[in-house]
Amino acid sequence: MNDFASLVQLSIAVPIIAAFLTLYVGKWGRPAVQIVSVTGFALPAIFALFLWGFYDPAIAGDYAFVSKMDTGLSIIGVSLHLGLNGIGLPLFVMASVVGLAAGLFAAQSKAENLPRYLFCLLIMQGGLMGVFASIDLFFFYFFHELALIPTFIMVGIWGGRDRNYAAMKMTIYLTLGAMLSLVGLIAIYVKSGADSFDLITLKAHLAEAPLAESVQDYAFGLLLFGFGILVSLWPLHTWAPLGYGAAPSSAAMLHAGVLKKFGLYGLIQVAVPLLPDGLKQWESWIVWLALGNILIIGLITMAQRDLKQMIGYSSVMHMGYAFLGIAAMSVLGVGGVVFMMVAHGLTVALLFMLSTMIHHRTQTFEMDEMGGLSKKAPVLSAFFVCAMMASIALPGPGLANFWAELSIFIAIYQFKSWLIYAAVAGIVISAIYGLRAIANVFFGEESEEFVESQKEFAVSDMTWAERVPALILIIVMFFIGFFPKTVTESLNDSLAKEAVYAQTEQ
Amino acid sequence: MSTEYFQKIAETNVWGAIAPELALGILALALLAMEVILPKVAHGLIPRLAILGQLIILGVMLTAGSSGLGYTGEAFGGMLSFSETGQLFRAFFLGTSIFVSYLGMVSLEKKTLPQVEYFHILLVITGALMLLAQANHFVMLFVALETATVGFYILVSYFRDKAVSLEAGLKYLIMGALSSSILLFGIVLLYGAGSNMALAGGSADPLNFGNLQNFLAANPSDMLGLLGMLLVISGIAFKIGVFPFQIWIPDVYQGAPIPTTALLAIASKGAGFAMLLNLTTVFSPLSEWLYPLLSVLAALTILFGNFAALTQRNVKRLIGLSGVSHAGFLLIGVIAAEKVDWATNAILFYLFAYLLASAAVFSVLAHLGKEDDSELTLDDLGDLAKRNGFLGLALAVGIGSLAGIPPLAGFIGKLLIFVAAFKAELYGLLGVAVIGVVVSIYYYFGIIKAAFFEVWRYQDEDEETPEEPVPGESLQLLGKLAILVAVVGTIVLGFYQSPLGSWLAG
Repeated sequence: MNDFASLVQLSIAVPIIAAFLTLYVGKWGRPAVQIVSVTGFALPAIFALFLWGFYDPAIAGDYAFVSKMDTGLSIIGVSLHLGLNGIGLPLFVMASVVGLAAGLFAAQSKAENLPRYLFCLLIMQGGLMGVFASIDLFFFYFFHELALIPTFIMVGIWGGRDRNYAAMKMTIYLTLGAMLSLVGLIAIYVKSGADSFDLITLKAHLAEAPLAESVQDYAFGLLLFGFGILVSLWPLHTWAPLGYGAAPSSAAMLHAGVLKKFGLYGLIQVAVPLLPDGLKQWESWIVWLALGNILIIGLITMAQRDLKQMIGYSSVMHMGYAFLGIAAMSVLGVGGVVFMMVAHGLTVALLFMLSTMIHHRTQTFEMDEMGGLSKKAPVLSAFFVCAMMASIALPGPGLANFWAELSIFIAIYQFKSWLIYAAVAGIVISAIYGLRAIANVFFGEESEEFVESQKEFAVSDMTWAERVPALILIIVMFFIGFFPKTVTESLNDSLAKEAVYAQTEQ
Repeated sequence: MSTEYFQKIAETNVWGAIAPELALGILALALLAMEVILPKVAHGLIPRLAILGQLIILGVMLTAGSSGLGYTGEAFGGMLSFSETGQLFRAFFLGTSIFVSYLGMVSLEKKTLPQVEYFHILLVITGALMLLAQANHFVMLFVALETATVGFYILVSYFRDKAVSLEAGLKYLIMGALSSSILLFGIVLLYGAGSNMALAGGSADPLNFGNLQNFLAANPSDMLGLLGMLLVISGIAFKIGVFPFQIWIPDVYQGAPIPTTALLAIASKGAGFAMLLNLTTVFSPLSEWLYPLLSVLAALTILFGNFAALTQRNVKRLIGLSGVSHAGFLLIGVIAAEKVDWATNAILFYLFAYLLASAAVFSVLAHLGKEDDSELTLDDLGDLAKRNGFLGLALAVGIGSLAGIPPLAGFIGKLLIFVAAFKAELYGLLGVAVIGVVVSIYYYFGIIKAAFFEVWRYQDEDEETPEEPVPGESLQLLGKLAILVAVVGTIVLGFYQSPLGSWLAG
């Protein structure tokens, strides 16, 4: 299964090489920049889909497509160890697809200084591909930071309202989160005594000799709050809506859609399997804070008047379900979380993209000043309705989020049955804000402000340049919605290999 | 002193081992001679020749092998001791000197002051620091340190037509003299204690590091010895800028010419740590006093440096205070070196990363600096990225590395120090370090913000704004090359340390 290992390496290297090429071809004009950058986004997507097709859990073992390289930090047990398992693969594919959509959308945007904008975005893409393909914990962290730094720069330079404040706040919050998780990872490395940052080695070592409970306790605490800040766990979430509100749309798509999943992925793939006792210690914390995400943030989302802020808050709210699913510690719950991460990544990226398209037409993000857009832009409204329905996990075949939340709910019910009431309240809340947003933006009478702005800006429906990235996201979303098996089969297989998740299976 | 003593010294003189220092001395004299001999039009060549000469010395030294040019152990009657660490410090000082020479060329070109003396004194300081790093005897240590310090007095007040530069020179003179006298007092106390033949381990030559260590091991609770250690550490703390001996740093850094500021920031700090690493071995019998003392100093230094830098708008003061916090991080490494062998190498890696990053930052400042560079504030960095993209990139890489952002060398340096600290179980210091890193993000980010993010400025449309000169317009091939070395070195060391891998492993 290691035949295609070089494709994994290329998926990381190609965007980074393309990033520098984009700067270089800048002098040859806009088309050259667009071709180079879109190639840099398209190739990893093709590679990832190809690897997805070839992944066979029956013969994959622990990891498939494995490659290992020494970069010179062997003194602290670090090597560039890449590979994919059933947990990483769906996210790897999702990252490449969202990246392609974000790249296509960015390449035809009117951003000032386009080559530099695409440079940042491509570096980010390279880091994202690396995060989900890293077996080595150091590089796992390293690639995350590689993807994170361009976000700050993009928010600060190309951002919207309050960009300076938002960039600063994001930087400080996320640096704190990253530092805490780094110390947590170092704690695992030092205390395990395995003298390696390699996840496979660490797992084998800790299966033989688990860490002392007190060590697991504080190491898990560090990782929980470190990753928690990155995933916007309540009450450490305040950077997220602000940052997403200010971020340029492609950066928001990649960050909210993909990069934010790093923390959850880290909990599922690293923290819980290595520190199972730690999770039990912190279980009630996770449950209460996650309820804060679902209920408190849910109510705050309902109160939002700004479309982009609302999407930002709703993505924070959905993270609550993910934390509950992880706390349930079963193959069903955690599998549901991974599936939701994929589905949510696709839908939230789509929503951010569509909201920017709406903004181009209405010149505002205020939902009160919108209305009646569906008459002028029926295709856009169809896309938006579809994405919003998926986001609030309306039951229906083809909407992947529904399957994900369904399995999380079942797992929660098995875990602590009373939690299901809070979760259901969350569903109602999200239905309210979701449907109300659709109604406000697209239906009803055209608002006065909208009529005013149409005098200056003619409103047209989605162009093909806008439709292609949206279609890519929607097709993949429907594909995994209709055929969840393509994701869940290998996912279950990998999760079942983790003793932590398998043993609590009822 | 008996004749035998001098005979022993004469027998152990290995002049070949200090060839680099001798060559630097000859080069320094040659520069002065050239000023007399060469016609006035060719005087511009002299700084270039100085750089060329240093590059040749560095090249020969690096190819000659990793330990003392083939010599190891003590020489010159125990005055010097050659080791691999010492050799690396030699390369560090020489590398610093080459960058400072380049900065001197840039800065002095804007002035009508005599030029050659600057390079002459710089070379003498460098030679002295190289000997200092290999000193094995307090007499050697003090003489080398004073040679360097006296040179620093001159270089700090080199812009003698500027009141701030003279003021800085005076402040440095007073503070430097004070610290030297404290150091000397400590040395005298150690001499007095160690030469007491009535005590076990007393010797006729107690200032030799080996002899002193034996004496302290035999008398670990000797009051004079303890007091001597305290005073010696205090004297060195002045040089490094460790709290509470950091008071001179902001004023002197601000007033000194930029090349001198760079030399103070990099070489003076490096020299302090070279001494400290040697002396922790000497004082190892007193470790129950030494390490708690250093731990408190490290924590206070990190906190003070970072919090004091928060509100700074003057770039040179800001860099100075951030340097204080770096000294704190390095001190953590020194403390960790007690239990973790390779921590010494981590310190060296950190220092080299710091050298490269500082070189990039100071190069940019040297090009930005107008007639009076002591008043360079963050506002002067405004839109640097637009005015000169190359310098903007160099500044971003340099600042990013100082902030410890992956994938830059500074991050690897911090990571190694963190891992070493965790292995040495310095949890409290690690917590302080994490706080320090997060706080530091704020002011480093402020620099990036000033240089890259657009700031709204009042502009009257009718009024023509005066054309601002493009900084670094005169950037020539040599200048570009120097900056490029620093930038590329910083990036490459961030993710590929293989050439250093075996060395790091110790």
